[in-house]
Amino acid sequence: MVMRRQTVGAHYGLTDWLAQRVTAIVMTLYVLVLLAVALWNGGLDYSFWRALFGNGAFKVATFLFMAALIYHAWLGAREIYMDYVKPVGPRLTLQVVTIALLIAYLGWTIQILWGHTGAAA
Amino acid sequence: MATAERRPPAPRPVYLDLFRIRKPLPSIVSIVHRVTGAILLLIGIPVLLWGVERSLASSDAYAALRATLAHPLWKLVLLGLAWAFLHHLCAGIRHLFLDVHIGIELAPARRSSVIVFVVSLALTLIVAAKLW
Repeated sequence: MVMRRQTVGAHYGLTDWLAQRVTAIVMTLYVLVLLAVALWNGGLDYSFWRALFGNGAFKVATFLFMAALIYHAWLGAREIYMDYVKPVGPRLTLQVVTIALLIAYLGWTIQILWGHTGAAA
Repeated sequence: MATAERRPPAPRPVYLDLFRIRKPLPSIVSIVHRVTGAILLLIGIPVLLWGVERSLASSDAYAALRATLAHPLWKLVLLGLAWAFLHHLCAGIRHLFLDVHIGIELAPARRSSVIVFVVSLALTLIVAAKLW
C-alpha cells in the first residue's frame, strides 16, 4: 500500500527556492534591457533619462524590478538568519527589521516613480 | 506484520563556524555571495534609490548628483557596490547552472568558482575604466 506521508512544515521551501530564482532572472533581464537601452542611445543624459522614466511601461517594469528585488532580498536575508542566528528573539527581531526596511524601500520606489517630485512631474 | 515503529534519527552535528571550517574555493564563492547580497541590501539599494531620485528631480539636481559622485571617495563606493553586484550576479548565474545539474562535479565546480571571480573582477575593471 502506498502511503503519502505528510512530514512537517508549511511546505514553503520549494516555492521560496523557485521564487529566488525567478526573481533573479527577472532582475537580470531588466538590467540587461536597461544596459542595452543606454548603449543604444550612446550613453545617458538628463533629458533621455527623464523621458525614459516618464514612460508608463518603463515605470511598471521598474516597479516589477524593485518588487522582485525586495522579495529576493527577503529570501536571502531569511536564509542567512536561519543559518547564523539561532535564538528566536534576535532572529525574529532581525526578520521584522528587515521586512520593515524592505517595505520602506518599496514605498520609496513608488514615491520616485509616481510621486510629485519624481519621474511623473 | 510490519510494525510502524520508527526510531527518531540520532541528532547530527551541525557545524557552521565560518572561521574554523576549511573553505575550498566554491565555499568562498558561496560565502562571498551571501556577503555581497547583504551589502547590496543594506547599502546598494538605498544608494541606488537616492541616486535615481536625485537624478530625476530636476536638471540642476542631476548635475549636482554627477558632481557629487565625481568625488574620488564616492567613486570608490560606487566601484565597491559595482563589484558586489557583479560578483553576486555571476555567482547567481553559476548557481542556476548547478541547480540544473550542470557542473556539479568537483573539478568543474572549482573551475566555475574561478570563472566567477575572474569574470566579476574583469567586469568591475570595465566599470572602473568608465568611472575614471
